[in-house]
Amino acid sequence: MTAISLRALPWQGDDLFRRACLTSAGLISVLMFAILLSLCIGAWPALEKFGVGFFFSSEWNPVTKEFGAANALYGTLVSSVIAVFLALPVGLGIAIFLSELCPVWLSRPLSIAIELLAAVPSIIYGMWGLFVFAPWFSEGFQVWAGEHLSELPIIGQLFSGPPMGVGLLTSGIILAFMILPILTSLIKEALSTVPKVLREATYGIGATQFEVIIKVLLPAIKGPIFGALILALGRALGETMAITFVIGGAQSIESSLFMPATSISATIAEQFNEATGDMHISALIGLGLVLFMITFIVMGTARVLLRRKAQ
Amino acid sequence: MIRKFKNQLFRAMCVLATLIGLGILVIILFTLFQKGMAGMSWSLFTEVTPGPGGEGGLANAIVGSLIMTLLGIVIAAPIGILAGTWLAEYGQHSKTADTIRFLNGMLMSAPSILIGLFVYEMVVVFMGHFSGWAGAISLAIIALPVIISTTEEMLKLVPITLREAGAGLGTPRWKVTVKLSYRAVSTGIITGILLSVARISGETAPLLFTALNSSFMTVNPNEPMANLPVTIYQFAMSPYDSWNQLAWSGALLITMAILFLNIISRVLPQLKKRRS
Repeated sequence: MTAISLRALPWQGDDLFRRACLTSAGLISVLMFAILLSLCIGAWPALEKFGVGFFFSSEWNPVTKEFGAANALYGTLVSSVIAVFLALPVGLGIAIFLSELCPVWLSRPLSIAIELLAAVPSIIYGMWGLFVFAPWFSEGFQVWAGEHLSELPIIGQLFSGPPMGVGLLTSGIILAFMILPILTSLIKEALSTVPKVLREATYGIGATQFEVIIKVLLPAIKGPIFGALILALGRALGETMAITFVIGGAQSIESSLFMPATSISATIAEQFNEATGDMHISALIGLGLVLFMITFIVMGTARVLLRRKAQ
Repeated sequence: MIRKFKNQLFRAMCVLATLIGLGILVIILFTLFQKGMAGMSWSLFTEVTPGPGGEGGLANAIVGSLIMTLLGIVIAAPIGILAGTWLAEYGQHSKTADTIRFLNGMLMSAPSILIGLFVYEMVVVFMGHFSGWAGAISLAIIALPVIISTTEEMLKLVPITLREAGAGLGTPRWKVTVKLSYRAVSTGIITGILLSVARISGETAPLLFTALNSSFMTVNPNEPMANLPVTIYQFAMSPYDSWNQLAWSGALLITMAILFLNIISRVLPQLKKRRS
């Protein structure tokens, strides 16, 4: 008897270990499901009361208990899209410089420095954005833009308004700084997958670096660049603390990018602890549900895009 | 001629982009030093956060942050390592493993404020009050996916021959994993854990409605717990000069700690490589 149980022990250990691993891995699916479920349950009272209108109404009034997600949704989407558009050219430039132009000994320390930008906590970007960048941006750009750009047709509207420093455009710029590292490293990674022969062949027929990069390398990694952009967009959408500092926290939709606005994450961060009444809390969780859905779709798309190209 | 000029212009633009990226890092660090150094003193580490306008330090916030980060990692590390092991050793390319990998990636990119909302509903509402535990759990959920994916990546690097050598001696599979594979890539796993510590120690949003904040020194995770990020947030937004100063000093402390962890986690694997 004892002999058998002794021999069986290691295999029991094997089984136990496998089960422990499986349980831990399964916990991830449970967690994701639980997060979605808890958001749905928490948001239910608000969704039941306001119906589909919750997503389109720009009314957000804790006093009359009327809530709609439109303002926050608008701020989230616009600031993130601005961020992606601003970060793309800079990220491309850095990635090209680091992997194609600069000497090898310089490339690694510079890459690390750029990656450290991603390690700086969100709240630090927020403080810096509000106390250092916003005043500078107000005097350096917004005043000038108010004089020169606001008269222009069509885009003039975007650049008019008081030079307050905080607002949608400032949020977009700060977000652009924050997504720069991930964008750069994904583009760099994509560049490194392009075979060396392709470069050599193009240099061989007398092309300049500019021509090699613009006409051969970039077209070759169009797909991954697009994937990287979507991924960066997903990051920007959910960013909270930095935006809470610099977006201005105004529940409104304005045509000017200089005006204060709000985002889903900033609204939740600012109001959740001071929420008045259950409907307010439920509406805030409803905002969270909207954010969850958007980031899930955007990030899912990015992962599919990046994975397909990687194979 | 024009081609050469275009080329030069292009190179200059790329250099400019890199300078912008580096410039942002340098300016942020410069601001932190300039505004944070003024408040650096021993009282920062020995005194608790003051009332509005008063003088004091950040001792309770630093202690609270350390406790919650530590608890968060203690919760996340074993689960993360085991889950990563399952993906690399057992699940491999099965459908289930791919699904879990996908969900893990989604969890990694889920906005941290949503993790805060989730833990609020699950833990804070259940317990009836804000607590350090709730804060630690939200930090653990944020650290978990990072640890899982680094563990998996690392275990995939273990050569199959090493496992075969172990199995050839009649060693059960779990022992091969624990005694050979884990050891072979221990530096990598530790690096992953260090990086996740760096990631969670600056997180503010998930603590807002879980640990809340506290102006008292407490080491009991059953109570609302002071922590650096939320203190920085509240003090920076306040109209009081002394609070603003503390916020900048706290910001300097936390950023330096995080950058230090990041650099360590890059240097560690190389040191190890050189020694062996």
